[in-house]
Amino acid sequence: MNLPVSDLEACLALLAAWGGIGLAGLLRPRSLRFAGRTLFPLGAVCGVGLAIVAAGHLGQPPQSEVLPLGLPGMPFHIRLDALSCVFLSLLGSVSAAISVFSAGYFRQGEGTLPGLLCLEYHLFLASMGMVLLADDAYSFMVAWETMALSSYFLVTTQHRIPEIRAAGFLYLLIAHVGALGILLSFGVLQGGTWQFTFDAMRAAHLAPAWASVAFCLALFGFGAKAGLVPLHVWLPEAHPAAPSPVSALMSGVMLKTAVYGVLRVTFDLLGSQQWWWGLVALGLGLMSAFYGVIFAAVQTDMKRLLAWSSIENVGIVFTGVGLTIVFKGAGLVPLAALSLIATLYHCLNHAYMKSLLFLGTGSVLHATGERNLGRLGGLIHRMPWVAWLTLVGALAIAGLPPLNGFVSEWLLLQAFLFAGDVPHTFVNMLLPVGAAVVALCTALAGYVMVKFYGVIFLGQRREAGLATAKDAGVSERLGMGALALGCLVLGLVPAQVIRLLDAVAHELLQVPSGRWGSQWWLLAPAAARQASYGPLALFALLLLTMLLTVYGVRLLYRRRERRSAPWDCGFAALDARMQDTAEGFGQPIRHIFEPFFRMSRQLPAPDDEHPVYRVTVGDRLWSVLYLPLAQAVHATANLVARLQQGRISTYLTYSFATLLLLLAFVL
Amino acid sequence: MTPLAAATQLLEVLSATLAAPMFLGWVNQCRAWLQNRRAPSVLQPYFGLRKLLHKDAVLAENASPLFRAAPYVVFGTMVVAAAIIPSMGTGLPMSTAADGIALVGLLATARMFLSLAAMDVGTAFGSLGARREMMVGFLAEPALLMILFVAALLSSTTSLPLIAEGLSSHVLGVYPSLAFTAVAFVLVLLAENARIPIDNPSTHLELTMIHEAMLLEYSARHLALMEWAAALKLFNYACIGFALFLPWGAGNEASGPLGLLLAVPLLAIKLVVAGAVLALIETLSAKLRVFRAPEFLATAFLLAVLGLLVHLLLGA
Repeated sequence: MNLPVSDLEACLALLAAWGGIGLAGLLRPRSLRFAGRTLFPLGAVCGVGLAIVAAGHLGQPPQSEVLPLGLPGMPFHIRLDALSCVFLSLLGSVSAAISVFSAGYFRQGEGTLPGLLCLEYHLFLASMGMVLLADDAYSFMVAWETMALSSYFLVTTQHRIPEIRAAGFLYLLIAHVGALGILLSFGVLQGGTWQFTFDAMRAAHLAPAWASVAFCLALFGFGAKAGLVPLHVWLPEAHPAAPSPVSALMSGVMLKTAVYGVLRVTFDLLGSQQWWWGLVALGLGLMSAFYGVIFAAVQTDMKRLLAWSSIENVGIVFTGVGLTIVFKGAGLVPLAALSLIATLYHCLNHAYMKSLLFLGTGSVLHATGERNLGRLGGLIHRMPWVAWLTLVGALAIAGLPPLNGFVSEWLLLQAFLFAGDVPHTFVNMLLPVGAAVVALCTALAGYVMVKFYGVIFLGQRREAGLATAKDAGVSERLGMGALALGCLVLGLVPAQVIRLLDAVAHELLQVPSGRWGSQWWLLAPAAARQASYGPLALFALLLLTMLLTVYGVRLLYRRRERRSAPWDCGFAALDARMQDTAEGFGQPIRHIFEPFFRMSRQLPAPDDEHPVYRVTVGDRLWSVLYLPLAQAVHATANLVARLQQGRISTYLTYSFATLLLLLAFVL
Repeated sequence: MTPLAAATQLLEVLSATLAAPMFLGWVNQCRAWLQNRRAPSVLQPYFGLRKLLHKDAVLAENASPLFRAAPYVVFGTMVVAAAIIPSMGTGLPMSTAADGIALVGLLATARMFLSLAAMDVGTAFGSLGARREMMVGFLAEPALLMILFVAALLSSTTSLPLIAEGLSSHVLGVYPSLAFTAVAFVLVLLAENARIPIDNPSTHLELTMIHEAMLLEYSARHLALMEWAAALKLFNYACIGFALFLPWGAGNEASGPLGLLLAVPLLAIKLVVAGAVLALIETLSAKLRVFRAPEFLATAFLLAVLGLLVHLLLGA
């Protein structure tokens, strides 16, 4: 672009504008109108600008700058390259839609004051942008922590509810444990130079063992933020607790910053990769995908269901990351590029579709006051806009052509399928099993989405109060509509999107560009003989067939139709409680995958006056991993507490002993 | 796009759409013979469709637009699926736009719309059917994908016509991996098309049915489209089976119009035999309880994965 400022400066200015908009919220902290009508739309404009600038910079050489900010002698380094551009445009576009939605979403009296909420929200956006721009460990960690803190305050918007405070605490705790991992990883990455700029880390040559340590620490740290099993426990707690636009932002965008971090450390800061790292990431990814989706299938809270589904999708993304590392480590660069593109594509897809679904639940929540699937139903009649827009997201996330979820699934499966040349027989045998797990998870995602959509929007109203539910307002519809459009566009013209994404593959893997076939409508990764996918043609044919069918049926058999009571095999006294519940719909999954769940059943005795059937499904990892860990921490703390006597003489003795010890050591 | 390719494409879509009910009629006829009943005509499904199309539609009071749109979506998806399966010729223009993975995706689209429509009215049977259909589907879909993967690895492409060509150009021999997947495929075919032992297409016991339970609220033209789509799905599955396991005889660019003409009777013969075998399998097996269905399908899935591993181990 021919601006007097560079793209990097433009991005920085837009991030600063976000910060400014946030601060402006403090001018009139109690005014919902000011925040909703002025500030959130302005934030959306900044988001669109950021997306345009970042997408426009793709394929151009990186730009970097040093900012006169930070500690003396440790200024902030920032850099704009293809990888950050992709994630910045994701952040900009998705957050713009969410901001538009938010403009009409927040209501008076939802805990935090609107102006303060606006500050936290825009600070969250700006810090995510800063994470993507940071070019040294110091500014990265500052931005990372700002992101964690601002999102913590957003999660605990309704801080008067104890469960929400608890959820926020768990989130903050795991975020910080993760941040510790990242910090240590940077500590290893500097490789003895004590220079914490990313440039120095790129130049540092680590011994393979230390490189592995750095990778594992980074995977741990970023995995905690992404919600990779077994560090996922905060996600199903925090997402339902947060207001829906914040859930959308966290699930759609924040989880992707963790993916960005892993990609940055693995492919940029660490010069060479070892293939077994890929197996670790692949294994964790597949486990998360599977674990996430089966838990999503048994949830009864709509936002918790989506949170588990995010764990599944993060799992699929990390599967792609793992695959990329395996291929890169094995020297199969074209395949590595294919799986890297699949990974990035899935990040984009998930950002759009999961944000769309979370916004949909937000509208439902506002219209009905219910998150519990057991008290919803039949909303397609009262809330057609929300229902149809959510349907797009649900179909997309179920991986159905011609929507976007299918594209990344297709790319990933192609990468799995033609992996036959990895020079390790063991890995060669393992990869098809991975493909099978991915296929299973996608199919299960379809199951989850039928349950999610069918129980909320279809069927009969499970509560009488739903009959008065109101459809979402204009700005909510606009926000959701933009995301649904994004899903459609990403699904229909993947070849064009990939042409942009290819800059990242070019930058990180040094593959030549232009390996994607020549036709603009056709996605053809390697040689076109292997495989191709043209969603536009497929969609056109599908539409044509459907229209012809409608036309033919109308023309030939124009017949009246009438409405009557449901047939239901002649059963007349049908009521809403006879349709399948959320629990009922999840029952086959509970039955088939029983070993994975921690279930407690309460079944009534034959002579109970008031029989109660209760099945609670818990996370096995919570009792296996987290509770023992918490107990261990508690026990250690108790041991440490013994040192604390509360008498000054004891403390003086400690100091004296320490001094003696140090003296002995020095002398 | 050459004229021959366009002709092949058109011929395949039209013949699949029009002949699918007859294939279903043939299976029903064989079943009746095997059960010592007087068989209905092979044209019986057409009579049924004609009757339904002429009736007035009755919709439930709370049926949403989704309910009315679903039959068209399901039918349309099945027709498009027929357009990418190389049943008579391998020179299919549409197969560039959609490969084997997209085919599985298309079938999943149909299943998802069918299930959503079943949940729409909010009856007990509809949602029960939807739940069971998705239960069968989530195991059958990856199994089908794995089956296609084995074939795709053997011919190093996921494009269905190229797979069929690659497999047919091979000398007449059995790949050990394909033997595993063939068994898996038959299991998936039975489950996905609501055949015994998973479901019974002619059952009237509400508690045991899956596919029929989802259609209970449909009537007239909507029901006709759904039943036609089901027949088309069976036809499509049979053609997928031919493309993977009996790929010989499909016309291509080299064999010209004559090859295409020869492929028509050959496909008819394959269908006649396959229909008879299907009826035989159905007659010989008893319906499983619903909760045995996951085991049945897990077997299919594992057999397909085993086929994949066998291929990687033996390279064949």
